[in-house]
Amino acid sequence: MDQQSSTNLGATMVEKILAKNSGRTKVIPGDLINARVDLALGNDITAPVAIKEFARFGLDRVFDRDKIVLVPDHFTPNKDIASAEQARELREFAQKYEIKHYFEVGRMGIEHALLPEQGLIKPGMVIIGADSHTCTYGALGAFSTGVGSTDLAAAMAIGEAWFKVPSTLRFEYNGSLPASVGGKDLILYTIGQIGVDGARYRAMEFAGSAVEELSMDGRMTMTNMAIEAGGKCGYIQPDETTFTYLQGRATGDYRTYYSDKDAGYEQIFKFEVNGLEPQVAFPPSPDNVRPVSEAAGIFIDQVVIGSCTNGRIEDLREAARVIKGRKVNPGVRLLVIPATQLIYRQALNEGLLATFVEAEAAVSTPTCGPCLGGHMGILARGEKALATTNRNFVGRMGHPESEVYLCGPAVAAASAVAGQIVHPEEVKP
Amino acid sequence: MILEGKVWIFGDNIDTDAIIAARYLNTTDPEELAGHLMEDIKPDFPATVERGDILIAGYNFGCGSSREHAPLAIKGAGISCVIARSFARIFYRNAINIGLPILECDQDFSALVPGEDHLRVNLDEGRITHVNSGNTYEAVPFPPFMQEIIKRGGLTGYVSSRLAKD
Repeated sequence: MDQQSSTNLGATMVEKILAKNSGRTKVIPGDLINARVDLALGNDITAPVAIKEFARFGLDRVFDRDKIVLVPDHFTPNKDIASAEQARELREFAQKYEIKHYFEVGRMGIEHALLPEQGLIKPGMVIIGADSHTCTYGALGAFSTGVGSTDLAAAMAIGEAWFKVPSTLRFEYNGSLPASVGGKDLILYTIGQIGVDGARYRAMEFAGSAVEELSMDGRMTMTNMAIEAGGKCGYIQPDETTFTYLQGRATGDYRTYYSDKDAGYEQIFKFEVNGLEPQVAFPPSPDNVRPVSEAAGIFIDQVVIGSCTNGRIEDLREAARVIKGRKVNPGVRLLVIPATQLIYRQALNEGLLATFVEAEAAVSTPTCGPCLGGHMGILARGEKALATTNRNFVGRMGHPESEVYLCGPAVAAASAVAGQIVHPEEVKP
Repeated sequence: MILEGKVWIFGDNIDTDAIIAARYLNTTDPEELAGHLMEDIKPDFPATVERGDILIAGYNFGCGSSREHAPLAIKGAGISCVIARSFARIFYRNAINIGLPILECDQDFSALVPGEDHLRVNLDEGRITHVNSGNTYEAVPFPPFMQEIIKRGGLTGYVSSRLAKD
């Protein structure tokens, strides 16, 4: 479809937010702008490179110590000596520059579950993170995008970042979500339809009755994986669900932005979800997506329930509901990783952790760990894993000849019990 | 600037996990990272690649993780330039930001012989020449703003010059 970038057209939510933060009345797709950054994020892998670059500026202060977030979440609790050194660099930088939002092991969580939970994300913000899944925060009506370490270094110094204003693809999901189908299935289905570069450089606007029905947890799962379609950001315009989520978390005021009725979308996709099955992405690409019925009978060695995509409380509740009173198949190792310390405590209080432990799952403290093949669940040659994580590239979870299948929490839990990939309905009593 | 080197050819959607696997991200040293460049998809590559070589890829090069270690590993291996039919956006900005020359050129170079064919690249004019045949190809030009970053050797140099003005 033709790109509509006439200045006479209305603007999308992202165009309005980028115009505000670059001091312009209007921006259009393709504009190169410098925008003020409201929050900049780094982790124990990306921040050490940023800290090295930041040192070259010779500054004795950061642009704003309240607007930088550092989270050691990837190789923590420290997996080896080299990782421990990187975590220490982060800690020492945070101390030296009095960074307000530094989260230590035992209080931290996987960054993209942690920041919204802690009330650090509000609608209308411009957020950059030296982590590709920073696109998650668009679920709260913010413009949020992944960048590299040098971008983070520059933002820590001057509080700005350069952007090319993206054109926008709108995705409408109409109908009502079937049982055992959630945000993960919607986003996997979408990536399967448009491919891993189907939204390259674009903003992805998610809307429609099925999205409105989703909780914030489900919405964050969707926006989290915008990057897997090559997207610059994914977002959902704020509604009552957003405002309820923000209550008691976010302090101070914020402004909401909405796409105009006549906004210039590059393309509009409409999907009916009524008959949608749970989805599974086959290795080695997140766009290699098929309905779960076509994955039935694939034997698996390991199941991972966790990550910035699906380690939130609702995900754990759904997995526990499926697994309660059952045992993990003797041929399977089930790892459950609550995404933050608060989610861990919640799961403890609700009895979910007891359910997992009694089912003979291994429950871990928050970490990105196995998702990126870092630690805590590395695969051997030829092993297959089913995971609620976000990537299944060659060697992503371990040996280059191991394989990863991606799915939502219900399919993951049911399959852990069955020892092979199954539809959650098949393990119902 | 004019570069010339022998080519190595990769396909579409090469992700940053393939460029440098996460298990090596406990270092930030480009030379150390270079020792594992493309290891999971082409195990002999770190031992074969030589300084000045040119890396060629298809669509969506560098998709996935934001790890700047990916362009750092490529730079550390001495690769002079990456030419792809298109780049994933975070890799694209990372390469610009760290001063790794990249060119976007929607041309199928897959028939070139890896390790044998040579390309000559005029970075300023965005012109790519196949040395043996003399065939030339045009790359997508960089907007002035990015040329300014490239001229300063990357974003750190660009920001430093801005800080010096303030």
